[in-house]
Amino acid sequence: MSLKPVLDTGKFVVTAEVGPLKGTDTTDIEEIAELLRGRVDATNVTDQQSSVMRLGSLATCHLLKERGLDPVFQLTCRDRNRLALQSDLLSAYVLGIENVLAITGDLPSLGDHPQAKPVYDLDSVQLLWVISRLNEGYDMAGNELKGKPSFFPGAVVNPGADTEAAFELQLIKMEKKIAAGARFFQTQAVYDVDAFAKFMKRVEGFRVPVLAGIIPLKSVGMARFMNKKVAGVFVPEELISKMAAAEDKARTGIEIAANLIKQLRGMCHGVHIMAIGWEKKVPELLDAAGL
Amino acid sequence: MITITEQKPLEQILQYLEKCRRVYLIGCGTCATMLHTGGKSEVLGMKDKLEAAGKKVTGWMVIPTACDELTRVALGENAKDIEAADCILVMACAFGVQTVTLYANKPAYPALNTLFIGKEERPAYFTEICLQCGECVLGQYAGICPMTQCAKGLLNGPCGGSKNGKCEQEPEHDCAWILIYERLKKLGELDKMKEFVPPKDYSKMKRPRHTEVARL
Repeated sequence: MSLKPVLDTGKFVVTAEVGPLKGTDTTDIEEIAELLRGRVDATNVTDQQSSVMRLGSLATCHLLKERGLDPVFQLTCRDRNRLALQSDLLSAYVLGIENVLAITGDLPSLGDHPQAKPVYDLDSVQLLWVISRLNEGYDMAGNELKGKPSFFPGAVVNPGADTEAAFELQLIKMEKKIAAGARFFQTQAVYDVDAFAKFMKRVEGFRVPVLAGIIPLKSVGMARFMNKKVAGVFVPEELISKMAAAEDKARTGIEIAANLIKQLRGMCHGVHIMAIGWEKKVPELLDAAGL
Repeated sequence: MITITEQKPLEQILQYLEKCRRVYLIGCGTCATMLHTGGKSEVLGMKDKLEAAGKKVTGWMVIPTACDELTRVALGENAKDIEAADCILVMACAFGVQTVTLYANKPAYPALNTLFIGKEERPAYFTEICLQCGECVLGQYAGICPMTQCAKGLLNGPCGGSKNGKCEQEPEHDCAWILIYERLKKLGELDKMKEFVPPKDYSKMKRPRHTEVARL
């Protein structure tokens, strides 16, 4: 199974995020690969998420590819200038990696090396434009490539932007990303199905597949933290109460996520599961969601 | 535009002055005075601190504008006290330190960190106004600069990180893109927001930066 052909068929797509750890021990990645193979259409590897230094996305994508999964190479503009971005893209392609998720990247000031120099030579829209150029056989300076890639580029959108201006800006940027070459989108975590339905209504005309973000709740604290700190995420009080009352929090968190997936099935083209440390529970979540 | 400075920690200043027993102090009557980092009272405050640390201050002055040519004259007028010192401690921006370095025969050490080029947005609160990118983009964004006002310096719209209209990194700071959006909307120029802005030409910022203008 791989992402592009599955999206083309119109089947409800499932991708799962794999977050590399800090260090060279890849045991977890190998175990996760075994558990996810055959269960998901693609595995999406984060690029030093939250600006915390970790094993790289490119190498992890390669490990997953070797183990029979279709990786999505997350590539941020935070740490690489235009030379490094293009070179890493070519490197990824020769390793058989075709899906790229172009993102701006979290601010270094919020990570574990806050003294780092942020790069942001390009932004995510410009990076998508560059990927399209590479696909046409040229680098961004207009030089011809010897052997050209054929990437399937994706991008992110935040469907829960909290003010009218922020929401409109997300839609404007989404359209710019599509014009620059984005062929699929994955979203920030969704808990408020009604709000997401309104978002989907607005982007219906864009004719591009949207994978809704799913983060299983682990605790009441996590839900409250996201409501307070994470832009675009809103966990309704009803779900928080459910978690508070639950005896087996892990089970309830999975049930809530499975229920969300069931509700989202008719609304969008798939889900992108960000388990954040619970990658090994993804098969259990998919079972519960009937996928 | 004024140069925004902060005073370095005394510990770091004393490290610079480790081998200097006698110090001459220079403040600046312009930006550093406005910022209360290198005006007369700060220079006198520094004199007390250095003396308390066992240094001898051979003299001090506050040059009206430490970055301009008159600094040479001021140094000449105070040559005797400067000559008696092992080094000069400059309580001015980096430009002031460099001007003193140019005209004095003694080592000149900075007492301030130069932070940015800014404006006083409200009393005692300063914000950056321009990072001198060499390719002004204000025309695209209704006069609001995303290079300085957006934490990531993005050119094609916001990241997903604004919360209640505020920046993820600086929760006190309005998201530049929301300001740009509101202003473009008011001006009836929202279409500008939808235009693809190509990658910036950062060669305009290559260093050392220099330019030559036509002479009249």
